[in-house]
Amino acid sequence: MAHAETHDPNTPLEYRSETGRLNILGFWIFLGAEIALFATLFATYMVLTHRIADGPALGALFEVKSLLIQTFLLLTSSFTCGLAIHEMRRHNVKGLMTWMIVTLGLGLGFLYFEIQEFLHFIHEGANIGTSAAWSGFFVLVGTHGAHVTFGIFWVIMILIQVARRGLTPATSAKVFISSLYWHFLDVVWIFIFTAVYLMGMVMQHG
Amino acid sequence: MANKSAATEHGGFPWKHLIGFVLSIVLTLFALWIALGTDLSVTWILIIIFGFAFLQAALQLLMFMHVTENSRKGGFSGRIQIGNVLFGAFVAIVIVIGSVWVMSAGHAKHDKHDAPKTENQDGSHESEEHGSH
Repeated sequence: MAHAETHDPNTPLEYRSETGRLNILGFWIFLGAEIALFATLFATYMVLTHRIADGPALGALFEVKSLLIQTFLLLTSSFTCGLAIHEMRRHNVKGLMTWMIVTLGLGLGFLYFEIQEFLHFIHEGANIGTSAAWSGFFVLVGTHGAHVTFGIFWVIMILIQVARRGLTPATSAKVFISSLYWHFLDVVWIFIFTAVYLMGMVMQHG
Repeated sequence: MANKSAATEHGGFPWKHLIGFVLSIVLTLFALWIALGTDLSVTWILIIIFGFAFLQAALQLLMFMHVTENSRKGGFSGRIQIGNVLFGAFVAIVIVIGSVWVMSAGHAKHDKHDAPKTENQDGSHESEEHGSH
């Protein structure tokens, strides 16, 4: 593996191969497209947010407690994912694995509370077909939740690969890319927190 | 700043991550308080909480995702990454604000076409509208 490596020994593993560097840059470009994807869903939601037909208003069903639990689970998972990359750059495979598994656990916790919340909304008479506003809500927040679900499976596969092959320029680039994806999901959540939940509750009370 | 190489951030305590995490928590709770715990007008609440959201997104990008980081010493991938994210943010803002504006600003005119009777009855209102054009 270390043959013909003329790099600075401090260069992180994920940046040592041309493929690794290009894949990481390519993933940043992909994230730009993801921003545009979520922007269309945010636009749809914000245009339709008052079109509640005969269903309940969005802000009337939002609960601060459930919102904060989800927000802190995802925010903390983004932090522990960052710690995992920090450990990876110290060539500490055990540290990387530990923090990534914590990250996955927090991600699963987030999904649990999100699904609980969706079930609660449906129980209160707001499902995806209730009104244009609730369609916009479930499609936007559901797309984010689907991304988190996909991310959990993806990271598990990459961790299996790291366990089998160890940290190489190839596997570390994959871990780094999946970490960018995971942080990005928290960035999207910040805007869901603000534009959907906080705005919904402000419009309801104010 | 953008030229900082990844190689300089090795080992040691992950201060950057910790600071990013603590600031994110503070911004989240502060936004919640502004939205639900104050008597500010809706406009000001929206300006402040969206300001906090963009600030927290920038924190994630800088502190957790190393967006400014170059993959090679003296390279420019950091600049491409920043340019790409900023362009993505621009596209997002245009799509969201543009859609909301088109869909709400247009309604005033459509409503008038839909209800010509009320417009005719309210003569003073009509002349006022025409005067402003």
